[in-house]
Amino acid sequence: MTDLIANYVPSLSTYSADIDGLIILIAWLVGFWYVLCNIVFFYFIFRYRAKPGVPTSYVTGEEKELKRWITIPHLLVLVCDLFIIYGAVRVWVDVKQTLPETPYATVRVISQQWAWSFVHPGADGKLDTADDIKTVDDLHIVKDKPYIYELMARDVLHDFSVPVFRLKQDAIPGRTIKGWFQATATGVYDIQCAEICGIGHGVMAGRIHISTEEQHAAWIAENTPAAALADMPQADTPNPKALAAR
Amino acid sequence: MAESVPAADVHAHDDHGHHEQSFASKYLFSTDHKMIAMQYMFTGMAMALIGGFFAYAFRMQLAFPGMDVPFWGQVSAAEYNALVTNHGTIMIFWVAMPVLIAAFGNYLIPLMCGCDDMVFPRLNRLSYQIFLLSAVVLIASFFVEGGAFGGAWTAYPPLSAKAEYSLTPLGSTIWVIAVALEFVAFLLGGINFVTTAMNSRAEGMGMYDIPVVIWMIVIASILFMASVGPLIAGAVMLVFDQTLGTNFFDPDRGGDPILWQHLFWFFGHPEVYVVLLPALGITADIMATFSRKKIFAYKTVLYTTFATGVLSFMVWAHHQFIAGVDPRMAHVFTITTLLISIPIAELCFVYIATLYKGSITLSTPMLWALAFLGEFLIGGVTGIFLGASGADVYFHDTYFVLAHFHYTFFPIAIIGTFAGVTYWFPKMFGRMMNETLGKIHFWGTVIPFNCIFIPLFFLGMGGQHRRIYNYENFPELAGQGMQDIRIFATVSLLVMLAFQVVFFINFIMSLRSGKKAPNNPWRANTLEWQTPSPPPHGNFGSEMPKVYRGPYEYGTPGREEDFWPQNAPS
Ligand code: HEM
Ligand SMILES: [Cu+2]
Ligand SMILES: [Cu+2]
Repeated sequence: MTDLIANYVPSLSTYSADIDGLIILIAWLVGFWYVLCNIVFFYFIFRYRAKPGVPTSYVTGEEKELKRWITIPHLLVLVCDLFIIYGAVRVWVDVKQTLPETPYATVRVISQQWAWSFVHPGADGKLDTADDIKTVDDLHIVKDKPYIYELMARDVLHDFSVPVFRLKQDAIPGRTIKGWFQATATGVYDIQCAEICGIGHGVMAGRIHISTEEQHAAWIAENTPAAALADMPQADTPNPKALAAR
Repeated sequence: MAESVPAADVHAHDDHGHHEQSFASKYLFSTDHKMIAMQYMFTGMAMALIGGFFAYAFRMQLAFPGMDVPFWGQVSAAEYNALVTNHGTIMIFWVAMPVLIAAFGNYLIPLMCGCDDMVFPRLNRLSYQIFLLSAVVLIASFFVEGGAFGGAWTAYPPLSAKAEYSLTPLGSTIWVIAVALEFVAFLLGGINFVTTAMNSRAEGMGMYDIPVVIWMIVIASILFMASVGPLIAGAVMLVFDQTLGTNFFDPDRGGDPILWQHLFWFFGHPEVYVVLLPALGITADIMATFSRKKIFAYKTVLYTTFATGVLSFMVWAHHQFIAGVDPRMAHVFTITTLLISIPIAELCFVYIATLYKGSITLSTPMLWALAFLGEFLIGGVTGIFLGASGADVYFHDTYFVLAHFHYTFFPIAIIGTFAGVTYWFPKMFGRMMNETLGKIHFWGTVIPFNCIFIPLFFLGMGGQHRRIYNYENFPELAGQGMQDIRIFATVSLLVMLAFQVVFFINFIMSLRSGKKAPNNPWRANTLEWQTPSPPPHGNFGSEMPKVYRGPYEYGTPGREEDFWPQNAPS
């Protein structure tokens, strides 16, 4: 049971194991209650089947010695809830409320019906400069480095979901939502749109390419826009409103 | 039904007279609560067939992408979305609500409270007529230009608000109007249910003598009426955005798409309890009758249900953890959501305890009631994963969520309904149902049900997200292993649908030639069993019942019989 989720989807971000761990904690706790309830439930059904000559009993449920069979388990459920709340809050604060203080880079993720556009910083490591690299449906990042993403939507709601990272965040037109991730392995994995966004929702797939720093540098060198190579100072600021208007 | 109205029956309604009624006035324009209950029930069942057919069509597409689905044809991406959206909408608003609240509420409240009809019979009739209209409007949306709405039953804007995004210029608006009409119907119905149960009870019936099922329907109606207001306002704004070009939900012009999500879920979460409670009530009454036991701690059941109802207004944003609201809000809603698990767990414990030292008969209604509890438990425990913000980051909008809520809704809407129908059938139609066919239908429904939805939990854990017409576009989800699971679920659905034929055969055969039902075939205590089957117009003949005790006096010491009807003087 220790790999409940990782058995199906590899766990490839610094927080994915925490999320999986929380899921496993919950699975043990609710699994315990589920099994216990079922044992009692089926035992009663078989034990108290109607038999000729055996009368039923008059039990109101207000008797103290019986009622505690409800009260005590119910307090124990509360205790389990406290553990789960503690676990959930801890994971949540880390995943959703904290941003890395010294990110390696920031990438911009722009969703629209029905494609992903990504803006990567170029060799200078900064966004909104001439050497930014823009791609459609392919996001390129470096392994073991903390990234911040800026998530936007141009039309309707979408959702930036990277299952191997256990990352999921709705994109909302008119807002920029920031979050973070740090990959722990290289490879190419799915990006899914996980919020219904119209008839193309089922084709709104992207890929995340996780590579080593050297590979990534090579990719940057290969893809830096010609304009930036000519060292033209004119910056192309992708203002989401302006993009939406286009 | 045309017998003369007894003197004690002082009816306010004038349109069913003392003479032979015409077909129309008896079946279409009746104000009799029993007839309106039947109208709601049969309409609900017909809609269930449509909702089930939609599930069949889109499950076939998922199992065999691109196939020519028999009776439908190719399922395009747009059609897939429309089918899923309307499947969900129909199952909740046109199946669960009309059958559980309106059909059982209408049938049972006057009979179990010992009065001759609803307090406002004409309002009741109007409620059904608006409901029927709403169903027709919804179905009509499939035949307009652009097709039916496909933006999910949650209808999140901006997708639902602008035709250029949804590509269903008429379908979206018709969908909102149909849902709004349905709300109006249930507001009218709810007023009736609460007023009747509170004001028209038989002499001697105190608050604690009311059967659990009636309490549950009353509390559900109150929850509905208290939660739906904001959403009606939201629906008006949405229709304005769609048709008049206003921008309540358009961020570029000062609106906010998240506003809709709050209005929707402020209603949507209590709505879950609106349909859950009547099903819990039906189960409680059946379990008491067939285990010959008092409900364990009746008052605890009531207080726990009140607590659940109140708490259900404080959990809505657990649907929005990752929706882009302030992330700190997640903590509040994780805490309230996990707290609501306590009264629900308590209810499960109490129900199981009701079986303790009983004398249990596994009749068909009892099997359904027990299955409700067993299956709902799975829905309950899997909900904890989704209420815990940190875990929901992964599970949100996957098939894990989908399987979870079908493990709550299916027991509620389908298992709960079959429990109620098989239990009250003798009273409704004066004939007994066939037990053998009943049991075949039971196993043929419950086993395939688990075969459909258990695999979907695993697909969800594997990262399969919802509302996708074809997984081939997502390499991690396109493997043969996952496809095999999808096929297994779809085949199980076909098996389950096939077994529903057994139910209809049983229903029709029993209706025509079932054994004549006595007044009280299950030897139960509540008032509806103390009058002929089916009850005459006015319900109790010349003498309205008087109540001397609570509804669950089974196995009272010192009595020869193991039951003690509420209206038996001693
Ligand atoms: C007859 C057996 C049923 C089957 C096989 C079934 C199957 C499904 C499936 C596979 C989906 C998701 C499709 C997708 O996201 O792509 C779905 C959605 C849904 N179902 Fe069912 N379902 C059944 C019965 C019910 C019942 C009884 C209810 C409620 C009372 C219900 C309520 C819903 C809702 C609310 C949705 C969400 C629709 C949306 O995403 O907008 N279903 N169902
Ligand atoms: Cu999208
Ligand atoms: Cu999408």
